[in-house]
Amino acid sequence: MGQAMSVVVAGAGMHPWGKWGRPFVGYGVAAARAALRDAGLEWTDVQFLVGADTIRNGYPGFVAGATFAQALGWTGARIASCYAACASGAQALDIARTRILAGLCDVALVVGADSTPKGFFTPVGGDRPDDPDWLRFRLLGATNPAYFALYARRRMALYGSTPEDFAAVKVKNALAGSLNPNARYRATVTAEQVLASPMVADPLRLMDICATSDGGAAVVLVSPEYARRRGLDATVRIAAISTVTPSFPNTVLELPCFATDSTAAVPPPERTFRASIAHAAYEEAGLDPADLSFAEVYDLSTALELDWIEDVGLAPPGEADKLLRAGDTALGGRIPINPSGGLASFGEAIPAQALAQVCELTWQLRGTAGARQVVNARAGLAANQGLFGHGSAIIATV
Amino acid sequence: MLPSKRLCHIGPMPIPAIDGWFVVDDGVAHLLGTRCADCRTVHFPPQTGLCRNPRCSGEDLAETRLSRRGTVWSYTNACYPPPAPFAAAEPYTPVTLAAVELAEEGIVVLGQVKDMTVDDLHVGMELELTSGPLADGPEVWMWGRP
Ligand SMILES: [Zn+2]
Repeated sequence: MGQAMSVVVAGAGMHPWGKWGRPFVGYGVAAARAALRDAGLEWTDVQFLVGADTIRNGYPGFVAGATFAQALGWTGARIASCYAACASGAQALDIARTRILAGLCDVALVVGADSTPKGFFTPVGGDRPDDPDWLRFRLLGATNPAYFALYARRRMALYGSTPEDFAAVKVKNALAGSLNPNARYRATVTAEQVLASPMVADPLRLMDICATSDGGAAVVLVSPEYARRRGLDATVRIAAISTVTPSFPNTVLELPCFATDSTAAVPPPERTFRASIAHAAYEEAGLDPADLSFAEVYDLSTALELDWIEDVGLAPPGEADKLLRAGDTALGGRIPINPSGGLASFGEAIPAQALAQVCELTWQLRGTAGARQVVNARAGLAANQGLFGHGSAIIATV
Repeated sequence: MLPSKRLCHIGPMPIPAIDGWFVVDDGVAHLLGTRCADCRTVHFPPQTGLCRNPRCSGEDLAETRLSRRGTVWSYTNACYPPPAPFAAAEPYTPVTLAAVELAEEGIVVLGQVKDMTVDDLHVGMELELTSGPLADGPEVWMWGRP
């Protein structure tokens, strides 16, 4: 995508992640105001607001765009709300970008926030025997960490990854998170602590698995022309947003499924779903993995960070552990992964998470990430995947 | 009409926790999928209506019994009791899960593992379909020793 087809990230803002126990609206509004302040704009300048929905907070969560707009004060701005599980933020961003690129508006605000219950995610209440997300708990007791653990065990069997490698991912991300004022977990950890934490879903231990958090993130997108006119910081551009779905047959067992697609009639596609998510973003941006300065990937578990490094093309299959062991993926390394501290330091606030990744891309590319700063950051990728087949990869460049 | 074999069972038949996904026939468990008459794609859980192959417009999906043996794609357990609607046994012993690859169907199917722990499993080993009860009674398919 050429510069003419890009939009500017004029502002980014977050409400710190934690377990604050307050309504999600407040986190979203705080993040929105922070992003607007960062952009040097007022809420009344915003022509279009997109809210990333939350499904655990009643009706206001299903119409997040309206909820945030009402809380900020009705201005007549157009709104949209969308849900795509962990990819909700990316879809919300894509909707905003598209409206700007279509020339239908110049200033869009994208907001996601969540307030989460204690413990691992459980299905939404009520008996729903037609809903696979309910049935996987009912019939199998298959929690989210169970799926992460299946991937981790598979990785150990195929590539020889070890629990020590997984622990090293946590140690690395905790160190980065200790430098991030928006992270929920600010303490550094040792490999011994990770390896001594309780086993949750073999081979993953408590400290290998991301928590669920409260938090909010927001991004202000503007057209390049508007940025010029208002004298806004136009350093950071969105070069690609990939929201691809899987290609049949998807041969990886995905949350919340009971089975993969069948390869009886059609051979597997060239790329796995996760690899295809990043591939589409590189194509759209006209960039290669080698062009990246850093990446934020969805480390729902420590082991999954290693999978993602390969899926986004930064290492051949089975070789992410080598990068990790060489220190390449740490702050100060050749290609820092999750310089924000990742989900390991944040915990997951579903509709806010993809937007939090974009906040980190923005601050790194502006050179304002403080003690976490990646030297000479020119291009960053944020990748994640929402259950039910939602891909999310965003590339931002200077 | 001859009486069904099922009537010859001693004692009540276990109630399946889900209808139409598996059957226990003469004590032998089978997963039930559907197979597209046009492209032969297999679907599990059983899909009715449209074939999921995007290049096939087949609507004739017939019930088919899946292979009973496969190899472990991966496995794990739940060290803590999973939340409702799962019914956890008391006292709780970790539920073991395996994703098992069925070669003929080209499909990986997740299930609980019966009477085995993660220490008994490794990727690539063979398992066979069986069934067993959930803690509150209904029967579900499970993977077990061949
Ligand atoms: Zn078909």
